[in-house]
Amino acid sequence: MAQVVIKDSPYNLKKARILDIKSLTEKEKLFKIAFENSSWLDFEPGQFIMVSLMGIGEIPVSICSSPLNRHYFEICVRAVGKVTNSLHKLNAGDIIGVRGPYGNGFPIKMIEGHDLLIIAGGLGLAPLRSLILYAIDNRRDFGEIHILFGCKTPGELLFADEIEEWSKRLDIHFACTVDRADPDWKGNVGLITSLIPGVDIDPARTYAAVVGPPVMYKFVIKELLAKGLPVDQILLSFERHMKCGMGKCGRCQIQNLYCCKDGPVFTFKEIMDMAEAL
Amino acid sequence: MKVEQYKILEKSKINDFINSLISFSKVAAPVYKGYNNYAFQEIKSADEVSLKYIPTIIPPKKYFMPQKETLLKFDVNEDLKIEPVVEYENLVLFGVHTCDIAGIKCLNMVLSDKPKDTGYLIRKKHITIIGLECNDYCDEYASCSFVGAHIPTTGYDLMFTELSDYFIVHIHSSKGSDIIEKTGLFKPAETVHIEELKALRNNKLKIFNNEVPTERRYLPDLFDRSFNASVWKELETKCLSCGNCTAVCPTCYCFDIKEEVDLTLKAGERYRVWFSCQLDPFAKVAGGIDFRRERSARQRHRFYRKFRYHIDRYGMIFCTGCGRCSRTCMAKINLKEVLTSLIKESEAKIWRKWL
Repeated sequence: MAQVVIKDSPYNLKKARILDIKSLTEKEKLFKIAFENSSWLDFEPGQFIMVSLMGIGEIPVSICSSPLNRHYFEICVRAVGKVTNSLHKLNAGDIIGVRGPYGNGFPIKMIEGHDLLIIAGGLGLAPLRSLILYAIDNRRDFGEIHILFGCKTPGELLFADEIEEWSKRLDIHFACTVDRADPDWKGNVGLITSLIPGVDIDPARTYAAVVGPPVMYKFVIKELLAKGLPVDQILLSFERHMKCGMGKCGRCQIQNLYCCKDGPVFTFKEIMDMAEAL
Repeated sequence: MKVEQYKILEKSKINDFINSLISFSKVAAPVYKGYNNYAFQEIKSADEVSLKYIPTIIPPKKYFMPQKETLLKFDVNEDLKIEPVVEYENLVLFGVHTCDIAGIKCLNMVLSDKPKDTGYLIRKKHITIIGLECNDYCDEYASCSFVGAHIPTTGYDLMFTELSDYFIVHIHSSKGSDIIEKTGLFKPAETVHIEELKALRNNKLKIFNNEVPTERRYLPDLFDRSFNASVWKELETKCLSCGNCTAVCPTCYCFDIKEEVDLTLKAGERYRVWFSCQLDPFAKVAGGIDFRRERSARQRHRFYRKFRYHIDRYGMIFCTGCGRCSRTCMAKINLKEVLTSLIKESEAKIWRKWL
């Protein structure tokens, strides 16, 4: 059996250096990364990359920085498994492997000129942060921007500094809620769905972008439909296990769609009749 | 059928032909392994080959997409070194049935879809496929005529068809043509041979009958109406979730990616291995949520993956009718029976009028 090196293998990795690591919560860290060869990651909000720790494994991770930033990109990683826990043990200066970006991302050109309603549950804020930062950088291309963010406890609040900044902005409507409050919490308490009825939107000209844990979608969609949002203006990003990221390994298949290639962003219209999607 | 694309090989010379192949290339062919089992394996002599055989335990897929395939080699000593690799070898596959050629065509479709699987494409370029047409059913599990894989169409370099006292050989590529020239055992075909081949194919239409009581053009409609069929629920109690059906399927290509480090713990390789939608962890995501927890849902996914989803994606049925899944199933889940039950269950529905 001959074995040859092929640079154009789709599994080839680019070496990337961790520039900075910031703890966001007990479980989540933000990694600032740049490619070693100083090329930049050309991506759209909502796309993901495959991150490798050689000898440990490879995982799909959403990119959470603004696509307009060409000096570095960021990922927010929750320590839950072998690779993510190992990532958390790394230091600035360490090298990782990256391939991608993969997936379709949010249809920015379609959203532009419309109002945007962002609904993020927990770690779902990570991919949406990329969209939020893009929208802020191109503020005039968007109408009203509403951001709803919900997490289990105040301790799990991601990007707390930025959230505070967004909540102070006059051109963004921001609301946040926690499932369970602590004595210091002064904000809303309740599930994220409780925030939706109170949002003042014109459903005809609003795109909703929803990312959160699997359990969240059904309830959020129900509220959005009650608000009168058209089914093709509800954008959902799905989480599935992915091994290849390019529509081959079959792990992320939802009926005839591959989450990695056809998604991870789908309109509700695309998947509303699909069992196994939600 | 252009006569110049065909050659003739006397039956008595088939062993000479195979031995001649072995003299200039590595050759894999079906070999009898006992208990009515056959396997594609490297042969050193024509005597080892079984010209008459039922589908091998594992399809020739294993040569195109090996069970374990190295994707990357790495060394994290000092500077991280990453080398994407492909493993391949020159190989002639002799005696491939039309069902298995159909299976390779399915793999082709998926793995040459963008982004191209370079490893697969390089390996494929180095493999020559010599087909062997079945003139009769291999056994009762086959449903090759239902999916249209019983007559050779494309996807091979040479196709051997056994006629009275000779093989008629269709040359379908320059690789095939080179082999004909190199071995020097073939004679040009004449019109009479072509007529005999036509007669055989006509006769085959009588022998190979639609094994499932519908036509394949109705499959999309049948499956569109069958997602909640009770057939799937019945499989819940039968299926053992062992994954055998997918391991032996010529069109299953799902895989897992793993890696191993050597004793230094600094260098190692990343590889892919066959995986199965029938196994428990396949559709699990973080937090332990499983989008196909029930075995019925997993079996349903397998059937839809063969007969529905890939019609949308690639315009092809991803079943070759080889019968391996039914032959190997410990719980005796039979593909033809499942399809027949689905049809029966849907009989009350609109599409009955088309039957």
